[in-house]
Amino acid sequence: MPVKPPPFEYVVATSVDHAINLVSQDEDAKFLAGGQSLIPLLSLRFASPTLLVDISRLAELRAVSRAGGVLHIGALTRHSDIHKLPLVKQDAPLLSEAAGWVAHSQVRNRGTFGGAIAHSDSAAEFPAVLLAVGATIVTRSADGERRIPCRDFFGSHFQTALEHGELLTGVEVPAHDSSTRWGFSEFARRKGDYAIGGAAVNARVDENGRCTQVRAGLIAAGPGPTSAEGLDEALRDRVVDETAVSEAVTHVVGHLNPESNVHGTKEYRRAVVAESLRRALRQAFDLDPAGTDRRTA
Amino acid sequence: MKTRVTVNGEGYERDVEPRMLLSDFLRHGLGLTGTNVGCEHGVCGSCTVLLDGEPVRSCTMLAVQSDGRRLTTVEGLACDQKLHGLQEAFTACHGLQCGFCTPGMLMTLLPVYNEARRLSDDEIREVISGNLCRCTGYQQIVEAARQALDEAADMADSVETEA
Repeated sequence: MPVKPPPFEYVVATSVDHAINLVSQDEDAKFLAGGQSLIPLLSLRFASPTLLVDISRLAELRAVSRAGGVLHIGALTRHSDIHKLPLVKQDAPLLSEAAGWVAHSQVRNRGTFGGAIAHSDSAAEFPAVLLAVGATIVTRSADGERRIPCRDFFGSHFQTALEHGELLTGVEVPAHDSSTRWGFSEFARRKGDYAIGGAAVNARVDENGRCTQVRAGLIAAGPGPTSAEGLDEALRDRVVDETAVSEAVTHVVGHLNPESNVHGTKEYRRAVVAESLRRALRQAFDLDPAGTDRRTA
Repeated sequence: MKTRVTVNGEGYERDVEPRMLLSDFLRHGLGLTGTNVGCEHGVCGSCTVLLDGEPVRSCTMLAVQSDGRRLTTVEGLACDQKLHGLQEAFTACHGLQCGFCTPGMLMTLLPVYNEARRLSDDEIREVISGNLCRCTGYQQIVEAARQALDEAADMADSVETEA
């Protein structure tokens, strides 16, 4: 098994336009940011680009800012920053929590938010969170800027709506407010490894405690980042109790088709996703007052 | 490609092929063979070094990407023939057997040691969760880490009291 990257050209981009221009001109060129997925893929020879355009020094892609009810997170924001930045903790607490579950500290210190989203791994945390909160992906290419709702962004098996030469520049996340509720649960053999199953839940409740909207992104639940189909219909306009959670989980899990692999059979993985969703829903709807589930891998 | 880095306080400038991993650059380009290379695809943590003070895996980074940055490797720990507190604790607690994972363990723990944070065993296990050891079963590594971190925290406390 080769464990060294194949030869390639390497250019440090000096601006977003410079990077887009270089990648657009060469169909085998790729953007390089934190490299936490791409460099292992090079070493394993699963990818052999002719040119790597290093965008990691573009400060303009690193900003996190709030405008109105929206938090804009630059593509180069590192996982460790997503986890620790007070602005993200306050305005996107589900995202901040999930960032602590992304790989290990060494990876979180290098890996970028935009990179993890563009990689679109079914077992990754961020795509699930974006599906739960209804985020918008912002991209730029030679044709200009595109804003893509995340439900239209993620495909199956590492596919996304990104065209060649189109750079993911940031993500818009609706800011958390007093009516937002959230929960997150994930299971892996070793915390930080790719999940066997998990769920991120984001809900809104009215002043009477009734659910007015709920979405969940499921982790390792199918061939790509997966939305919990039917969850909103099952819980909307209800005061969510244990019975409602159980019914909703049963309803959602029926739609799922996770893939068997070395970590477990399809049936086992479906059960792990179901339990993760149950725990995340219980957190979101305050059925788990001790909060003990939250940090239990 | 011209690459300038500072490693353990010393400046280096080398012409580096873009595809060279930082781990190979440290070992073959600079002769710093203390950084061990295990899986070479970001799983085992044995090649962990500090990049501008933060632990990263040197096998999932290109050497050219370290241009202008500050690196610390395990060679930067001991000073004037005196072992670092973390190294002393690993020795005292038998925190290693074959020693292959040890440089990565030490470099992963170093920022916590420098911050003089006192951690529970569970927290220590989480800090080193990205580092595989195939000999010890981790128990003595956790004990070594706890001893070193407690000493660092005690030292910080006593300095604070004197001040």
